[in-house]
Amino acid sequence: MTMPHLVIACHECDLLHRLHSLRYGERAKCSRCGAALYARKRDSFLHTILLAVTSLILFALANSFPFMTFELHGRVQQSLLSTGVWEFFERGMWELGLLVLAASIVFPFLKIIGMLYVLVPLEFHYRPWKAALVFRMVEQCQTWAMMDVYLLGVIVAVVKLADLAILVPGVALYSFVALIIALAAADSALDPHEVWERMEKIR
Amino acid sequence: MRGSSLTAARSGLMSCHACHQLSRIPRMSIDGVVICPRCEAHVHLRKPNSISRTWALLIAAYILYIPANLLPVMTVISFGKGEADTILSGVKELIHAGMLPIALLVFFASITVPVLKLLTLTFLLLSVQYKSQWRPRERTVLYRITELVGRWSMIDIFMISILIALVKLQAVATIEPGAGAISFAAVVIITMFAAMSFDPRLIWDNIEEKA
Repeated sequence: MTMPHLVIACHECDLLHRLHSLRYGERAKCSRCGAALYARKRDSFLHTILLAVTSLILFALANSFPFMTFELHGRVQQSLLSTGVWEFFERGMWELGLLVLAASIVFPFLKIIGMLYVLVPLEFHYRPWKAALVFRMVEQCQTWAMMDVYLLGVIVAVVKLADLAILVPGVALYSFVALIIALAAADSALDPHEVWERMEKIR
Repeated sequence: MRGSSLTAARSGLMSCHACHQLSRIPRMSIDGVVICPRCEAHVHLRKPNSISRTWALLIAAYILYIPANLLPVMTVISFGKGEADTILSGVKELIHAGMLPIALLVFFASITVPVLKLLTLTFLLLSVQYKSQWRPRERTVLYRITELVGRWSMIDIFMISILIALVKLQAVATIEPGAGAISFAAVVIITMFAAMSFDPRLIWDNIEEKA
């Protein structure tokens, strides 16, 4: 059943393309509809692993330190990244609580852990248990991890409260911004084709 | 890059959506399930029941879009007086406060994107069902954009989550999320699933049938 890796079909229009060996930094696009086909990245595994480790540390910081402090008429209110989630649960709006929890904490975490779980053993020529399933999940997390959107939500909230109260960003907010950048960098360093090819070789 | 003019389907091949691996289309599928030899995902020639699934999700989203805009997404209670905000009145308030760039951002993410997404998917479905030959490349690009921008509509939901976490000074000021927020979040999520279940290759299948 397995086809030789000489041909690839476009995901968006199904056109077949011969695989060309690209130089570092080059990317191949579909000649008919313009969709991205594949790219070649320098030291993809090493860079992705290092950036994922960085993301993991930043993730820990973003979830343990105060996110923001709110001061109004001398009363101070401190919040964590996860405070909004619990506030939703307390008001019985668990659907929104789950949604925010998933998009801002669970999916980003699964993505970081999943990347490390698959890439680190593969780098040492060992195929981890259920590697294919985990890596497919990592690629799915892409859509549902919405930390970047969450940050815009923070900005809008801050603007709304700006002339009402004093807001002080905490360590977690800075870590959160750094985490978004590190995870996006890990994403762009990752070459899924190389991951699948290495996985196949070690089977 | 240069390519052939042959599609995978015409060559008797189907490509795995998770890892791009090509597999032969089985002559007789016994139980209809083909597993990708490389990544173990289910492989389909085209996304299963793409059109009817996308329609179902899209209609659900249209219906939920009404309460999402009519019901308040949050209520600001300050000194015992409550003021309800809908998606649109939230934008108006930002304009009145002189925060035009932020108002534009919220307007774009919470009003323009969901409306355009619903209309674009409707248009793409109809164009596929009526076997349109019109600009397949542009329609594919339209689909690609629709799939990419959908998640940005969540800004309002995250904003509410941050506001309720910060503003809870019982007597002075509290913020209560409203039912509109649930409907709005549902619209965003359902249209994301609708975009995922639409198969852009159907646009091109019609072009080839004619050729």
